[in-house]
Amino acid sequence: MRAELRGDETMKVKFNIWRSGNSIGEFREYQTEITEGMVVLDAVHQIQEESAPDLAVRWNCKAGKCGSCSAEINGRPKLMCMTRMEDMPKDKPISIQPMQAFPIIKDLVTDVSVNYRAKKKIKKFKPRQPDAPDGTWRMAQSDIDRVQEFRKCIECFLCQDVCHVLREHWLHEKFAGPRHMVYAAALEMHPLDVEDRRDDLKHTAGIGYCNITKCCTTVCPENITITDNAIIPLKERVADKFYDPLKSLFRLFSKKS
Amino acid sequence: MAAYETLHHDVLVIGSGGAGLRAAIEASSKGVSVGMVCRSLLGKAHTVMAEGGVAAALANVDDRDNWRVHFADTMRGGQYLNNWRMVELFTKEAPDRVKELEAWGAVFDRTPDGRILQRNFGGHKYPRLAHVGDRTGLEMIRTLQDHGIHQGIDVYQEHTIVSLLKDGDRIVGAFGYDRGTGSFKVFKAKAVVITTGGMGRIFKISSNSWDCTGGGISMAYQAGAELIDMEFVQFHPTGMVWPPSVRGLLITEGVRGEGGVLRNSLGKRFMFDDIPENYRSQTSTDEEEGWRYIQGDKNAKRPPELLTRDHVARCIMREIKAGRGSPHGGVFLDIAWIKEKISNAPEHIKRKLPSMYHQFKELAGVDITKEPMEIGPTTHYMMGGIKVEADTQMTTVPGLFAAGECAAGLHGANRLGGNSLSDLLVFGKRAGEFAAEYSKNNPETNINQSQVSDIMSWALAPFERGLKNGNAFHLQSQLQDFMQNLVGITRTEADLSQAISKIEEIKALIKEVGCDGNRNFNPGWHTALELNHMITVAEGIARAARERKESRGGHFREDFTEKSAEFGNVNISIIKSGPDAMEVKQKPKLELRQDLAQIIEEMK
Repeated sequence: MRAELRGDETMKVKFNIWRSGNSIGEFREYQTEITEGMVVLDAVHQIQEESAPDLAVRWNCKAGKCGSCSAEINGRPKLMCMTRMEDMPKDKPISIQPMQAFPIIKDLVTDVSVNYRAKKKIKKFKPRQPDAPDGTWRMAQSDIDRVQEFRKCIECFLCQDVCHVLREHWLHEKFAGPRHMVYAAALEMHPLDVEDRRDDLKHTAGIGYCNITKCCTTVCPENITITDNAIIPLKERVADKFYDPLKSLFRLFSKKS
Repeated sequence: MAAYETLHHDVLVIGSGGAGLRAAIEASSKGVSVGMVCRSLLGKAHTVMAEGGVAAALANVDDRDNWRVHFADTMRGGQYLNNWRMVELFTKEAPDRVKELEAWGAVFDRTPDGRILQRNFGGHKYPRLAHVGDRTGLEMIRTLQDHGIHQGIDVYQEHTIVSLLKDGDRIVGAFGYDRGTGSFKVFKAKAVVITTGGMGRIFKISSNSWDCTGGGISMAYQAGAELIDMEFVQFHPTGMVWPPSVRGLLITEGVRGEGGVLRNSLGKRFMFDDIPENYRSQTSTDEEEGWRYIQGDKNAKRPPELLTRDHVARCIMREIKAGRGSPHGGVFLDIAWIKEKISNAPEHIKRKLPSMYHQFKELAGVDITKEPMEIGPTTHYMMGGIKVEADTQMTTVPGLFAAGECAAGLHGANRLGGNSLSDLLVFGKRAGEFAAEYSKNNPETNINQSQVSDIMSWALAPFERGLKNGNAFHLQSQLQDFMQNLVGITRTEADLSQAISKIEEIKALIKEVGCDGNRNFNPGWHTALELNHMITVAEGIARAARERKESRGGHFREDFTEKSAEFGNVNISIIKSGPDAMEVKQKPKLELRQDLAQIIEEMK
């Protein structure tokens, strides 16, 4: 049952929010009044002000651009600021829990530092020599459409959250995760970049762990086609280098390695 | 007794948005040890919200552009109250800073011949804004972040600085806490750079992120630094107005740059009714010509929707107050109409303004390719802040530097769109450079232990007070409400005086509210502490606004509606003159250098 609110109407809605810390971890029920056009983050703010001022939650822009307010709402990984109350069933309490793929710091706040460490391991941008005497480059719009898709990423880590390799198997130290495959693709496919990250993709970032389940693609709030546009092409490049028999033979007989 | 950890760096950067990252990168490139504190997670500062673009006279789209035109545009927009030396450095150096971003991996939209594309924007004579769709801020912060993480900078994520530390007159570091654990940290440094951004969150309706509470401006003031231009708050004309939860959210000026027009409830393009004197020569009076300008006709004049933000905001307020507004209390911004002019209008709109399309669709259920948007003014940017020396970005406190939105002088009484992103790069770089140099040329610092103990006790006091007098969120709400009503777009002597007395009440109440729970990630505690900064900045704005008895740029007085020659020659300066005493003074502005005055004359 979905209730539509109009104008000055309000309704009281129940929320089950995960509270943790000091060795407790449990859902606690809160109630707050919902008005037209509210998003889940608005409800959480109200609950903070009305009943739980120590409720830990990350947020910043409230407009789907900073990627801070990632959580799991009724079990689905979403940004709290882009989840409209209008779209939520209100006949049962709405559950809000932190991302499950990362250790919990407190309540809805998780330790996402592993993502920052994984990013640092990927070799940085290395441009070719400038194309023009004034030190600038020339790139066609059609050449950059691909990487511009990847660079829309707001680092919300919802894709990381949903990937079973991280979420279920907890292989954070072996698999960099979909976000970092997108980051690597943005560099590898950058028209100006001359670095080769294929060794690292195979041995450090663990691209082999991805088995094309595509859960990441379904949760991306920026609609980046993660698996098809970033991961699979990278896998192909890695396969070219390490598994193509003709190319291996060629490498064996040429001076390059 | 609570303990604290001491961390040592040569340069400490407080704030990790565009300016902070650029400063940290520059400082560390000089070989000094750099620590950068971010309140939120790295790469999520308010810079990500910037949509329009980064203004620089690259002249890629119109070769008539150069730094002199940009200089004249910026001074005109600032109503000639700008620090002209800052404007000179800014307009000269912006092109190099943008090219540098590309060298670090930024991918801007391209011209047909493969160079960085530039778009039109309010107050800029020629197309000047390098951009990536409507997400240039994200591109900039991500590029700086991805470059910066390999520079050896120590990043302290989710740490909040609460106070600067001094030894006599000199800055020696800062005191703060880890937001996750609540543990205290003392950062010992030889030079400190403040890059904490704006203060929009002290108003109810604002485009600003949670981060934007003016903390750095307040801390600099408390440390004895001079503030200027605090009365100049920019109210961006186009924020969302409905539904209530998105009220204030920004709609980029880029919509108007792509042909969006403003209409009242009668369907009239009311901007044509009121074109200010000093912009008459470059503004068209004809709808057709306005459209030709949007299309890139170099001989056409710009439509009045692309006049400066302060003027557009006031025109919109006038329509709303006169009862010609939209159903939810705004006016209409319409881009769907361009289907009369171009054949694939919906695709064009979605490609040029994807975030706007997405934002309206997801949050308001409005398809901007089919229907007009309801918009109204929103608190957006702070032109005022910490006074800095133009070349070095050093404040009036030795060893303390500031750059970006929290610093003042570049934008004068009103900022042009696109000038903020390039401000961050130009002055972030200078602040980092000179902070590094200062740290190399000055001796080690000493932390005063008892000063630290005092701050710690003060920081822990909210826990002792508990919740018997209410929580900090309620008080914050009250502050936001009266700032919105009394110190907003239109100001009066009576309102401003009332605001000042309310501020005094809140100051007393801040000492009574508290928090419960423990120090682990406790937003109630964080807000109780942050309120001290918000109230200081609020007081600065209200007092400066009361002092300036004229209307100019972003500051509009209903009781002094015209510009005055007398006030046109002064900046309002604020300094701490005693424990609870904010001193307000009028200071004559620096006389414009002859060659620069010449440029302004030529461009009139």
